[in-house]
Amino acid sequence: MKQKKRWYDYLWIVTPIYLGLGFFNILFAWLGMIFFCLPLFIAIFGGSKLYCNRYCDRGQFLSLLGSRLGLSRNRPTPRWMRTKVFRYGFLIFFFIMFFQMLFTTYLVGAGAGSLGEFVKLFWTFRVPWHWAYHGTLFAPWVAQFAFGFYSIMLTSTLIGLIVMVLFKPRSWCVFCPMGTMTQWICTLRAGKPPVEGGCGGSCASCSGCGS
Amino acid sequence: MASKRYAAVGNHCVACGSCVKVCPMSAISIWRGVAARVDREKCVGCGKCERECPAGTITLKSREVGV
Repeated sequence: MKQKKRWYDYLWIVTPIYLGLGFFNILFAWLGMIFFCLPLFIAIFGGSKLYCNRYCDRGQFLSLLGSRLGLSRNRPTPRWMRTKVFRYGFLIFFFIMFFQMLFTTYLVGAGAGSLGEFVKLFWTFRVPWHWAYHGTLFAPWVAQFAFGFYSIMLTSTLIGLIVMVLFKPRSWCVFCPMGTMTQWICTLRAGKPPVEGGCGGSCASCSGCGS
Repeated sequence: MASKRYAAVGNHCVACGSCVKVCPMSAISIWRGVAARVDREKCVGCGKCERECPAGTITLKSREVGV
């Protein structure tokens, strides 16, 4: 039974467009704030992971490459990668690096640091990216934030691609910081999911079925 | 006639929704953004969701006979 394709099934195109635009003008990196804010907005006000389930461009992109184009080895994601310790550990690490990026932006804004026209891959390797900055009407901190944010987006996409090839197409989703955060928000709102299939009719008022 | 097997979701579901997309029977939904849920009545136990699940939390179980 083939399901009819909807407009949001083509959102995978956003990933290559976003990364491509950042190659020519780093200020386009600011558009990535949508990928940060929208999932949180949907989780907080809608109480769902609709963004992950339907609109996530990266998830679709990885699915396309891994499943349709067959670039994934389709091996099980390692057990340690699926643990809560790793998922929340990666989220904390991600947050620390994000705030470090914000601090660097602050330093440039305050005049205590100079604009670094490079992209930092895997939070370590400085890759020259000066061609994507043409000098603008905006303050230097605007460009600094763009370089930092683009670094995060490019690094996480590369990690997603690596685990896509090594394991399952959407292995990135297992420890995606946005997915972890939104699931945490949804769990806070909704509690634990009901017991699958119920308890067989002998109700002990455990509320496990959600009733 | 119900199939012999059905998909069951374990505790490590990340609610990414990849199982929902591949289910040919539309038997899976995401419960309030927390975890996937399988409608056992609809599930035919084809195993597509099990193969797709990145968290490896979906397994195929045998239906109890004679219930």
